Amino acid sequence: MSNSDNQTELQKTMLGQLKASQRKKMIFNLVVLALLILAPAVIYATFLMKILCFALFAVAFNLLLGFTGLLSFGHAAFLAAGGYTTGYLLSSYSGLTTEMGIIAGTAAATVLGLLFAIVAIRRQGIYFAMITLALAQLLYFVFVQAPFTGGEDGLHGVPRGHLFGLIDLENNVAMYYFVLAVFLGGYLLVQRIVNSPYGQVLNAIKQNEPRAVSLGYNVDRYKIIAFVISAGLAGLAGSMKTVVFQLASLNDAHWHMSGEVILMTLLGGTGTLLGPVVGATFVVNLEYQLSQGPLGDWVDPILGAIFVITVIAFRSGIVGEVQKFVKKNLN
Amino acid sequence: MQDTMSDQFVLETRGLVKEFKGFVAVNDVNLNIQRGHIHALIGPNGAGKTTVFNLLTKFLPPTRGKILFNGKDITSLKSAAIARRGIVRSFQISAVFPHMTALENIRVALQSFEGNSFQFWKSGASLNKLNERCMELLDSVGLADFADTITVELAYGRKRALELATTLAMEPELMLLDEPTQGMGSEDVDQVVELVRKAAEGRTVLMVEHNLSVVSKLCDRITVLAQGAVLTEGDYQQVSDDPRVREVYMGGTATPKQETAE
Ligand SMILES: Nc1ncnc2c1ncn2[C@@H]1O[C@H](COP(=O)(O)OP(=O)(O)O)[C@@H](O)[C@H]1O
Ligand SMILES: [Mg+2]
Repeated sequence: MSNSDNQTELQKTMLGQLKASQRKKMIFNLVVLALLILAPAVIYATFLMKILCFALFAVAFNLLLGFTGLLSFGHAAFLAAGGYTTGYLLSSYSGLTTEMGIIAGTAAATVLGLLFAIVAIRRQGIYFAMITLALAQLLYFVFVQAPFTGGEDGLHGVPRGHLFGLIDLENNVAMYYFVLAVFLGGYLLVQRIVNSPYGQVLNAIKQNEPRAVSLGYNVDRYKIIAFVISAGLAGLAGSMKTVVFQLASLNDAHWHMSGEVILMTLLGGTGTLLGPVVGATFVVNLEYQLSQGPLGDWVDPILGAIFVITVIAFRSGIVGEVQKFVKKNLN
Repeated sequence: MQDTMSDQFVLETRGLVKEFKGFVAVNDVNLNIQRGHIHALIGPNGAGKTTVFNLLTKFLPPTRGKILFNGKDITSLKSAAIARRGIVRSFQISAVFPHMTALENIRVALQSFEGNSFQFWKSGASLNKLNERCMELLDSVGLADFADTITVELAYGRKRALELATTLAMEPELMLLDEPTQGMGSEDVDQVVELVRKAAEGRTVLMVEHNLSVVSKLCDRITVLAQGAVLTEGDYQQVSDDPRVREVYMGGTATPKQETAE
């Protein structure tokens, strides 16, 4: 009797702790949200939008690397496919509202993601990375040659237009809140996916693929869906970026960009949803700071060095290390 | 409904062959696994036992031959489909999801039959209804107290017990166990013997096992594999009296019992 009483007591305190930690999380989320809403009052909105676009790109990428265990080295292809599609459509058809251009860009990247996935999904590890890289390079040359991308020059002066035909996005603050809403939507979608029954299977595949197979899961299908969602969200990030900067260029399609999103994600930490956001913020800031100072030509080697140090010494990334530190010091 | 042969045998292979670039790892193997039996597959290292398991579960495609499950040809099915039909394997190297809790490990197996596994928009809380069954399964292998322990932190013997419980969660008609006692101390071995005995109730087990005392305690029938081919088959007495079996093990420089120590 007393034993089971003890147990319910224990369960109650545990439940209490759980609720307390949930409350803390909630407060944290609200504070972050408030800061994001107030941010353009203090920081240049275009800079914030750049961070949010890259953060969305990295969150999309991490659905694969962090939560499925797939390393794609071709994600620039989806960023660029989204960006070029949106840029071309908004430049060519003035009747299109901005969100239509963005939806079309996202859809294009999603379809492209399906094609990539079908070709690459059966390969493991480094072979998977190499095939995605090769496909992305193929696409890069398509973008160089194709008539609708503006070749080496890219697409300039893409009109931001009106959201839903109503809200003028030339207004930088309006544009910022639109980007923020899209980013939060993408982030919450990935959060939902990761915590869904489907996300649980992805987690199983990441941890032990043969075992997942032996438990009756057709792992290729699960991986293809994750890849397609990731590609679509990367495309969405590219579309948003094009609207923000009114520009789509070969930079987005270059393999440097595929490497950069890997760097952002590893630097921030693959184990959490927040990691890639922190990583993207860090990298975009660092690139900006360096480009302002005398070290402007040294951006790539400095990023490279940071990458090496992260991989060797801080495996779990900024967010992972902070989490470890907090845990250690609270217990 | 089916003919007597398939009533009697859960699993049959006909002329099963696996070649790796000309090297014949499995050579014309005909297995007949009787329903309800615990059937052992033994043989020296490199005999092709694990490869046979890989063929039966289609982790490798056979070069030639047929696999019949309950009399039906399943040679062309994919791994996942075979698992769903009721042939579930364990692995020679412990197969768990290391960064999930013990309970979550089992839940992944139960989820396989839930039909919600593609629902990426649904809350993960919808899986909690499986927890009760998870606890029953954990309890059946003595792991109820470790439900919330992250699997990497479990002792080796407990990991293998968890693996067994996960396999059982699939309610397999035929369970394939690849060296379930490998690398264990004698106490753990005794426990695994009991677990396998219990797990085998109401189903058929095909197991690779080096420890002949385990085989003698558990197994109704034994197939001896050497260099990819079936050397002989029989009950424990017949097989252990067969001079060719001794020869093969001596030729491998060790008796089967001693090989466990490797
Ligand atoms: N994927 C593979 N590629 C090439 N050779 C293999 C492969 N898998 C197993 N073999 C070879 O097949 C033989 C049988 O291996 P295996 O089935 O693991 O033996 P056992 O489980 O009986 O110890 C060994 O000689 C091994 O080297
Ligand atoms: Mg083996």
